[in-house]
Formats: sequence, C-alpha cells, structure tokens
Amino acid sequence: MDLALAPETLARWQFGITTVYHFLFVPLTISLAALVAGLETAWVRTGKEKYLKATKFWGKLFLINIAMGVVTGIVQEFQFGMNWSDYSRFVGDVFGAPLAFEALIAFFFESTFIGLWIFGWDKLPKKIHCFCMWMVSIGTILSAYFILAANSWMQHPVGYKYNAATGRAELTDFWKVLTQDTTLVVVFHTLTAAFLTGAAFMVGIAAYHLMRKKHVKVMRTSLRLGLITLVIAGALTALSGDQLGKVMFRQQPMKMAAAEALWDKEAPAPFSVFAYGDVDKGHNKVAIEIPGLLSFLAHDDFSSPVPGINDVNKSEQQKYGPGDYRPNIPVAYWGFRWMIGFGMASFAIGLAGLWLTRKKFWLAPGLRTGDEEPPNLALTKNKVLGVRLSKAYWSLAFVTLGFPLIANSWGWIFTEMGRQPWVVYGVLKTSSAVSPGVSQGEVLTSMTVFTLLYAILAVIEVRLLVKYVKAGPPELTDDDLNPPTRIGGDHTDADRPMAFSY
Amino acid sequence: MELHDIWFILIAVLWTGYFFLEGFDFGIGVLTKLLARDRRERRVLINTIGPVWDGNEVWLLSAGGATFAAFPEWYATLFSGFYLPLLLILVCLIVRGVAFEYRVKRDEERWQRNWEHAIFWCSLLPAFLWGVAFGNIVHGVRIDAHKEYVGSVLDLLNPYALLGGLVTLSLFTFHGAVFASLKTLGDIRERARRTATVLGLITAVLAVGFLGWTQLDKGDTSSLVAMIVAVLALAAALVMNRLGREGWSFAFSGVTVVAAVAMLFLTLFPNVMPSSLNESYNLTVSNASSSAYTLKIMTWCAGIATPVVLLYQGWTYWVFRKRIGTQHIADAH
Repeated sequence: MDLALAPETLARWQFGITTVYHFLFVPLTISLAALVAGLETAWVRTGKEKYLKATKFWGKLFLINIAMGVVTGIVQEFQFGMNWSDYSRFVGDVFGAPLAFEALIAFFFESTFIGLWIFGWDKLPKKIHCFCMWMVSIGTILSAYFILAANSWMQHPVGYKYNAATGRAELTDFWKVLTQDTTLVVVFHTLTAAFLTGAAFMVGIAAYHLMRKKHVKVMRTSLRLGLITLVIAGALTALSGDQLGKVMFRQQPMKMAAAEALWDKEAPAPFSVFAYGDVDKGHNKVAIEIPGLLSFLAHDDFSSPVPGINDVNKSEQQKYGPGDYRPNIPVAYWGFRWMIGFGMASFAIGLAGLWLTRKKFWLAPGLRTGDEEPPNLALTKNKVLGVRLSKAYWSLAFVTLGFPLIANSWGWIFTEMGRQPWVVYGVLKTSSAVSPGVSQGEVLTSMTVFTLLYAILAVIEVRLLVKYVKAGPPELTDDDLNPPTRIGGDHTDADRPMAFSY
Repeated sequence: MELHDIWFILIAVLWTGYFFLEGFDFGIGVLTKLLARDRRERRVLINTIGPVWDGNEVWLLSAGGATFAAFPEWYATLFSGFYLPLLLILVCLIVRGVAFEYRVKRDEERWQRNWEHAIFWCSLLPAFLWGVAFGNIVHGVRIDAHKEYVGSVLDLLNPYALLGGLVTLSLFTFHGAVFASLKTLGDIRERARRTATVLGLITAVLAVGFLGWTQLDKGDTSSLVAMIVAVLALAAALVMNRLGREGWSFAFSGVTVVAAVAMLFLTLFPNVMPSSLNESYNLTVSNASSSAYTLKIMTWCAGIATPVVLLYQGWTYWVFRKRIGTQHIADAH
C-alpha cells in the first residue's frame, strides 16, 4: 500500500490534526479560567466596577473558547479506541485509569460549575458565583494533570510490567505513574506555558484597545495583569523547559539529539543555532553553533559528552533489534526551535511591556498617567517612546497573542514526533498500535470530516472572538452591580427575565 | 462477586446516568422543532437544559474513560468496530455543543436558524444511533478470534438494532417532553404534556416490541423483571402525565430509562460484547477486563467521585429549579 495513505500514516495525521487543534483551546482555557476568577475575586473584594467589567469581558471570550475546547475534547476521549485499538488493548490497563480519573474528577467539575457560572449571575450571591469560577479553574488544572500523567507514561513508562500471557502492559504502581519526574516536570512546563498563552492573549487584546484609547480603565488593569502574568509565566516556562530538557536527555536521548541535529557524540557538545542536514548521509551540511551550551543544557556543565543521533540509533538497535530508531530530524530540530523562539519572543515582549508601562518606578511625575488614560511607554525616567515606536510596540504587543499558540503547537509536535518510531517509548511501536480492523477508507473519511468540520468551526470561532473583542467590555446594569444576596435570587417578581439565556 | 463484575455494574451505572440525563437533553433538542411554535418557545426549551447539558454530557466521557480503564478490550473492539456510527455521533456532539453556546452570540436571522437546525439534527441522530449501537452490542456482532470486529457498517443496520434506535429516539423524546412539562410555564407546558402523551404511546409500542424481542432472544428471569419494571414505569409516567403530576411523571420516565438500560446490561452479562460468529470469541467481563490492581484503584476513584458528582450536580438542578416561560427570555443578550 502507498505509504502516504497507509492507515498508520492517516491515523497519525488525524491524531496530529485533532490534537494540535484541541490544544489551541486548552491552554487558553486553563489560564483564562484562573485569570477571570482572579478578576472576579478582585470585584468581590473591592467592589470596583472596572473589575466586574473586566470579568464579564474576559469571561465572554473565555466561554467562546472553552466551548471549542470541550467539544474537541470529546474526540480525544474516543479516538484511541477508533484508530488505535491495538494501542488501547495494550495500554488500557495503565493508560485508561488517568483518563477515567480525568473524566470523573476534572470534567465534571469544569462542566457543572461553568453552567452555574454562565447562568448564575442572577441566581447566586457574588461570592458563590466567584467560587464557581475557581472550581472551573481547579477542574482545568486537574484535567491537565491527569492527561499529562498519561502522556508522560507514553514518554517514559514506569509502574507497570509486561504480562506475556495477556500480551499487554499492566499497572503495578499507579502512584509512580502520577508522580514520576517526567509527569511532574511536564505538568509544570505545560501549566506555565498555558499561563504564558493566556497572559499573551490578554496583553494582546488590551494593547489593541489601548492603542486606540478605548475602554482604557478596564484595559489598563487587564494589561497590567496580563504583563505580570506573562513575565512570571514566561520565566517559569523557560525554567521548567530547561528541567524537562534534562529529564529528556536522560530518558529519551534520541529526542534531544534530534532536537539538536547532533549526529555524533561530542564533548563538549555545542548548541545549534542553525543547521541544514543531510538526513540520509547522517550529518549536517551547514551549522552555526554555540560551543558547550548543549552539554550545559543536558548536564549542567560545559564539557560533558552528549551522544548523537547515530550513537543512540546504534545502541537502540542493539537493545531493541534491527531497525531505524530515528524520528523525523528536521521536524524535531525546527519544532524545538519554533517552540522556544515563539515562546520566548512573547516573554521578551512582556518584559519590555512591563518596563515601558511601569506606573511610578524611575518615572518622572509628569509622565505618570491616571486611571483614565493609556500608559506612556517610558524608556527612561524622562523619555517616552516616540509616536512611531509606541505604535510599533502596541502592534507587537497585539500580535504576541498568537505567538504562544504557535509555540505550544510546535512543542507538542516536537515531543510526540520526537518519540517516534515509538508510541510508548521502548515498549510499543506506533506501527503496532493502529486498529487492524479499520480500513483505509474509514480513516480517510474520519480525517476528512474532522479536518473540514474543524476548519469551519475555526472560522466561526475566530469571527466571534473578533466581534466580542472589538465590542469591548459591556456597560453594567443595576442588576450587575447588585447581585443576589441569597441562592436562587432576591427578586420577588416571578416574571423577571433571566440575566442570561441561551 | 469479583471486581470485574462490580465494574460491569459501574459501567452500566455510568451509561444509565448518561441516558437518563442526556436522554432528556436529546429529547429537548428534538422538541425544539416538534413542540416549539416560534423562536421564543425554542429558546424556552433550550434554556430548560442550558445550565446542565454540559455536565450531563460528561457522563458519556466518564462511561467512555471508565470502559477504557476497566475493559480495554471492550473499548477497543467497540469503538474501532462501530467506527462510522461513532464518528457521526461525535460530529453531532461537537456541533450541538457549539450550537448551544454560539446561537445567541449573533442576532442575524440566518445564524440563529442554522444553529437551531443543528440543535435539532444533532440531538436526533445521536438519540437514534446510541440505540442502534446498544442493540448491536446486545445482539452480538461479527467478532473474530482476535477480538476484532470484522463485519461491515451495513451489518450494524439490522432490523433489531434499528428498532433499538427508534426506541431510544422515541423514549428520549418522551423523557424530554415530560421534562419540558416539568420545567416550563404557560402554553408550552400544556402542549408539552399533550405531546408527551402521544410520544409515550409510540414509545410503549416500540419498547414492548424491542424489549420483548430482546427477552425472547437473550432474556432470563432478571431481564424479564427489568422489562416489566420498564413497561410499568412507562405506563405510570403516562398516567401521571395525564393527571398533571409532572414531577411523578418525570420520575417514572426516568425509571423507564433506567430499567430499559438495566435490562440490556442484564441480558449482556457476563458478556460485554458477544460474537455472532462463535461463542468462544465473546468478549466477557473476565477476558476483556483490566488487571485486579487497576480495577481496585478505579473502584476507589469511582466510589468517592461519583457520589460527590451527584451531590454537586444535584445542587445545580436545585439552583435552577424554577420553571421558565416565554416571559423569562430577554430580547437582547
């Protein structure tokens, strides 16, 4: 059969398309839930209208986003069985448990409390209403934890034994699956990257309005919250990424060698800035490198040896039998760079923004701005950026909202494709994981259907987001400012319209 | 009783919860065209499930995830075997979920109309297809020695399974109509009751046919008891509906769903997916289940999580317990 249309290839494409698409919404959901909950908490505690307006504005964007996250997540739950039935049979004993935990604990949390939050404005006292969003936030984080524990087991299987009689992996230590270093570091990295994503989203949209001097009060607050979150999350993403890199150098040396297009062992090993390789011949044609840095990334010193692709390939052949154990090198190499590049670009823009828009620190009194005007972009104590540069910064801050989305996607493409040819590293090959009973036509059908459907929904979603971003925060009504004091609402008028209805 | 038997029951409980809850959600979706006369009434219906439909749907994800964890072979055979119908269900659930959330987000006539079509069709199709799927599971399908489904998609469209599909469709729509009569006010409430009577009678005919067929084909004493309970509960729901006791009527339509699903699982046990090719190829609770260790962990998780979930989901229903009518639907949003 033509390799390009082999069921394995198609099933991988389908998993890639549906999962990368799903993960556009996931990090935004995780971070915006917490940020909206934080804003609502500020409203509950201070009673300042700008916080309530911000809660409603970001809350609406959050809801448009989570709707897509939820429905595309349903596919994730079932496509293991559909396209990867041999995988499911082999790993279900281990992999199924965290998935079931995720549904039973996290999904119920999210879905139930989001319903209460959407419809509860005129039914719940404000503290309870705010509590509901915190519950949603906890749900999103738990969900991330369980599914990443499952994924980490595929990256680095622990706490199981192979049962020859049943021909499958069986769980022996669930605690190990939940707490192995891969899981913990991946959760740390994914969550910090999620907050980087939501913060950049907030910064971008706030910058859009501030550049036009619209909705200044709400957007100033949002910008500040976004920038602070962006900088903290950006720094932690880098830190956790470094730790994850070290874990991967130990657990999957091939992935990291591929990420560097390091063909042969070097000591000290350089970090590659640019390379163009000849995969068939096993070396690079062009390479720009920083000496010793890769050794540092792998082992915290500048001289230790780092094995190359050819070395690891040989040792894996000895361990697992003849075969090619190299992943797609250009994808791993460039995926790794796009991930870091876009993520850190966003972090840098945030760092610059935090400095430029500072309120008081090292800033001449004449340049300080009030609540009602956009912040000056002050480079030094007495000097603000010119009109052109200011506009350039605001525009840059606006487009940065897309950067983490690109970084996240490449991060996943890198880590999943970098693990190939394994689906469970060292245990099960991807080629042995597909559904034997599912025909090429069936996979092709479902892949086409999902791709088309997702494309249409993407257009609809983005246009809705644009509409609500442009509209800005809503005007508050008396009802908004006087939330119920008891559950069920205070109103005695039985015919009063609902605060929100579908 | 061994752990895998307990897990068979727990999986049955999760599916029952799903059909009980999303059953009336699907029914409401179908009724947006059957019962509602204009957009405002459609919105009344949709808003009866507004705050809860998402939580209801998670019962499906829990059933799916728990099946994966507790019976990996069942999960693998079922979802790779029933590939295209499942694909259709997934597409419907995606579109339907988005439709609920996005319909109000624009005022254009065409936008709202399209999403309303989506809500109707994407409620109707899964309500039908789940019945077809369970009909096939109970009846047995072409499973070979390697636990692989080797039939075609047309094999799944046999008369017994199609009848099963009609039963779930009509039963869920009936369940939804009773729910609508319980949750609405004014004219639509009266019409919901009248519609429920018609739907209940249709369901009674179809259900007696399908459950009777099941009983003759695969039944034993316990399934007979469940069948009788289902039929009596359906009759009671109809009577209570006529008497205007909407709460009781809903309780009984719920019991009908529970008893009917229970009957299917009772006829299934100890198989989880029988093979129509050879009995020795049957997937059973013992040859399809996970190891005892995994099942033990899962038991702890489900044992603690499920009651808590029921508690806070129940609280949601209590918060939104008030009936709604056309007067409660604001013009602008």
